Amino acid sequence: MTTALALSPAAALDFVPGAPPPATLRADIWRGIAAENPVLVQMLGMCPTMAVTNVLANGIAMGVATTFVLVGSGLFVSLLRKYIAHEVRITSYILIIATFVTLADLLLAASFPEISKALGPFIPLIVANCLLLGRAEAFAAKVGPVRAVADGMGMGIGFTLSLAAMSAIRELLGRGPFLGFDILGPHWEPWVFMVLPAGGFFTLGLLLITAAWIDELRRRRRALEAK
Amino acid sequence: MSGHAHHGPPSAPSAVAVTPPATAKAPEVSSWKLLATLAIGGAAAGLLVVAVYKATLPTIEQYAAAKEATAVREVLKAPARWDTLYLQKGVLTKSPTSGEDRKGLPKAYLGFDADGKKLGAAVTAQEPGFQEEVLLMIGFEPSSGTLIGFKVLAEKETPGLGDKIERDTSFVSQFAGRIAPLKGVKTRNATDPSQVQTITGATISSRAVIRIINHAVERWQPLLAAYEKGRTK
Repeated sequence: MTTALALSPAAALDFVPGAPPPATLRADIWRGIAAENPVLVQMLGMCPTMAVTNVLANGIAMGVATTFVLVGSGLFVSLLRKYIAHEVRITSYILIIATFVTLADLLLAASFPEISKALGPFIPLIVANCLLLGRAEAFAAKVGPVRAVADGMGMGIGFTLSLAAMSAIRELLGRGPFLGFDILGPHWEPWVFMVLPAGGFFTLGLLLITAAWIDELRRRRRALEAK
Repeated sequence: MSGHAHHGPPSAPSAVAVTPPATAKAPEVSSWKLLATLAIGGAAAGLLVVAVYKATLPTIEQYAAAKEATAVREVLKAPARWDTLYLQKGVLTKSPTSGEDRKGLPKAYLGFDADGKKLGAAVTAQEPGFQEEVLLMIGFEPSSGTLIGFKVLAEKETPGLGDKIERDTSFVSQFAGRIAPLKGVKTRNATDPSQVQTITGATISSRAVIRIINHAVERWQPLLAAYEKGRTK
């Protein structure tokens, strides 16, 4: 259904207003990791980005849980897109998302109780993460299940990588010993402020600047090459 | 919303229109259909959640029980065994009557050594710390109010400062042998068994620990005494 959109009348009937343009599977996955990274570019899901990224394990667990919900809800929103009436779509998406969040919460509590305790209410709060409803409404509801899953994967990986970067920086500077290694040496006095909320804003700011800077450098190089 | 479907001026409705009117094509959907969608979806979601809840519950409860046992062992200095007492209607009892939910009742753990000698009681208590509630398990000898030890079960104090109530071993270990009611001081007078040295930079959190312990001992001492009295009769 993604090809020959403009030519065949049959495909035109399938046309969904505002549907994302056709793309390869690789592009669908890659989009969430780089060009439309949820944290660094779309600036979605800022609440968990700030709240749980002072320990690397917590950041990664949050990322993986969110990926699970993104993929699961994306798949079901896409599969059921023709059966869900337009009037009740938001309610239905939230129902699907909330189901997967509850599953993620229970499975995490059963398999990694320490991490589950550390993340506390932030796993249930994935329901309110605008990234989930955003992808369901803007992408999954308008494409087939394979593309929806690919997009969920990409967005999830991008989210996880951003959270991992945030929490690696914050844990290293704010707590000292890191993954069992004393990288900064025994005389390092941890910057407590890095694991407090202020350190979260600080680190996010630095990451956003870095991402924007890299983007700018690439754009300039492309402009030079074009000449 | 659906009124402007086919009256508009675009005289040649082409299939390749790039921005077709988004909501126009759907005619009025009956309320019953909407209701059915949500009801079926809700029921399916509910079934799935309940199934996974049932499947994971034993593991989650097992973990909670193991965690509780570790804490009891730690604050009573390795008892050989312990009795779990439930506080029901103001009275401590080993076996709460009726089918009332045991999990909701406050609990005390009575620890014994290998010879059956009573070591002390462990109770949990929760009160506000510097930021959020601090949950402690406290082990003490009920008749004299002598502390055996305590363990922080949950806290959200400032990392690096307030969380020393959990990590600072010299702070935690000094409670053993102290007699409640405790007093927090900056420099301890070694001869006074009620004095506890607070942590520099975490005064409020240290005082919260002391306050929680004092309140818990005050609350549970008479209950445990009544339980002992009822048993020896």
